[in-house]
Amino acid sequence: MSLDPSGRLPRAFTTPGTSSFLEFLASYSPALLPGNRILPAGNAPVAPHATTIVALTFDGGVVMAGDRRATMGTMIASRQMDKVFPADDYSVIGVAGTAGIAIELVRLFQLELEHYEKIEGVLLSLDGKANRLATMLRSNLGLAMQGLTVVPLFAGYDLDRSAGRIFSYDITGGRYEEHEHHSVGSGAVFARGSLKKRWRRGLGQDDAVKIAVEALVDAADDDSATAGPDSAREIWPIVSIVNAAGYLRVPDEELSGIVAALAETQRPSGSGGGDAS
Amino acid sequence: MSMPFYVSPEQLMKDRADYARKGIARGRSVVVLAFADGILFATENASRALHKISEIYDRIAFAAVGKYNEFENLRVAGVRYADLRGYSYDRADVNARGLANAYAQTLGTVFTTEAKPLEVELVVAEVGDTPDGDQIYRLSYDGSVADARGHVVMGGHAESLAAVVEKEWTPGLSLPDALGLAVRVLGTQPEGEPRLVGAAQLEVALLERARPRRAFRRLTGAALEDLLPGSR
Repeated sequence: MSLDPSGRLPRAFTTPGTSSFLEFLASYSPALLPGNRILPAGNAPVAPHATTIVALTFDGGVVMAGDRRATMGTMIASRQMDKVFPADDYSVIGVAGTAGIAIELVRLFQLELEHYEKIEGVLLSLDGKANRLATMLRSNLGLAMQGLTVVPLFAGYDLDRSAGRIFSYDITGGRYEEHEHHSVGSGAVFARGSLKKRWRRGLGQDDAVKIAVEALVDAADDDSATAGPDSAREIWPIVSIVNAAGYLRVPDEELSGIVAALAETQRPSGSGGGDAS
Repeated sequence: MSMPFYVSPEQLMKDRADYARKGIARGRSVVVLAFADGILFATENASRALHKISEIYDRIAFAAVGKYNEFENLRVAGVRYADLRGYSYDRADVNARGLANAYAQTLGTVFTTEAKPLEVELVVAEVGDTPDGDQIYRLSYDGSVADARGHVVMGGHAESLAAVVEKEWTPGLSLPDALGLAVRVLGTQPEGEPRLVGAAQLEVALLERARPRRAFRRLTGAALEDLLPGSR
């Protein structure tokens, strides 16, 4: 970034009007915006892909969880990738799709929300945040058509309604409010089956965390691009809660307990396994 | 053809400085104090929406006196500067010194080249990992920068109020003590008994060292009243 020749802040900085960082960037330094890059024709090379994200509402908030695997074709590109991020104090975003673009999208989205909050002095409404994300995705359509797709899942605590809400997106920027639960990514189909069976009205927070982990375990069972909890390396899924008190990431110790308990229930009766007659 | 009257550069600059100083002295003061766990900002401001103290970045805050439209403009520019820098490099690469320099250049350029100087005075402060790492920069309408040690008072009657702070401020104050001092200073009058400034008239904010990322927090309502002297 460069300042004016005189060293003063450039005119674009002191021009009143927008509270959006994206709009400011588009007017001051459009080359920094991901959507404005001109790409050569042809298919994009293989790049790391982020996989499964699940989200479900409970009584008083929402839980979002993601596994840690990134794949590149048939290879595992990363075992420790973060795909679930706090968007701000009261919302969370998870991403599936081309990892590099997804992470840039998240960074810009976090900044967009914080920038608005600082300039206006108030938080955007949850619908406002969800719409902002849709606009950002729409600008990524050019990349998506070359195969570099990003599909986020957005959830948050609506301070006006006092409830957790979930929003899903398609690559064209379509925004859909999901009720109860939703999942995106390669293992989404299997995770959704699990969520559908286990979700019920009036769920508590602790149960919701358990169900989220279980859905990821089920997805990992049938989808090679989704990783289950890795007890040997102590790599656990990322599970985040948003409730009236704000964003909270479930600590690893708690997750290891949940995973151990879950493994116990899946083991055949008679702890030795195999034919326990 | 009419000839403009000759005005010496000294006179021109003096007139501009006097003009800016008068505008600034009309407003209420802002007090900035370093204390053990961070940096405290306090001013008398009955408005809950038009702030004189605001957040710029994770560890950086901004306080201003003077004309609202002018410092609001600078504040927004500062947020954009910091966010752009943090986006281009990393969050750790945004610091108060860079921002203070950009502000100083802006104020200085406007002072010498534009028809009217900006009638503002600013503080840019950054809270460090230790009290020694705290930075408080005071910027004047003409672009001059001062690296303040622990405390700043600016606005109306700044000199006489600063004398009170100078006498009573010590490093490592607790939050209630620092707030008590700030409120006493704001209530000091040129003559007569000090006024009592209540919570409803105060705008108070903190940069708290212990907070993980965004250190800025406003103190309002019950949280502020509990800390004010006389409430205990």
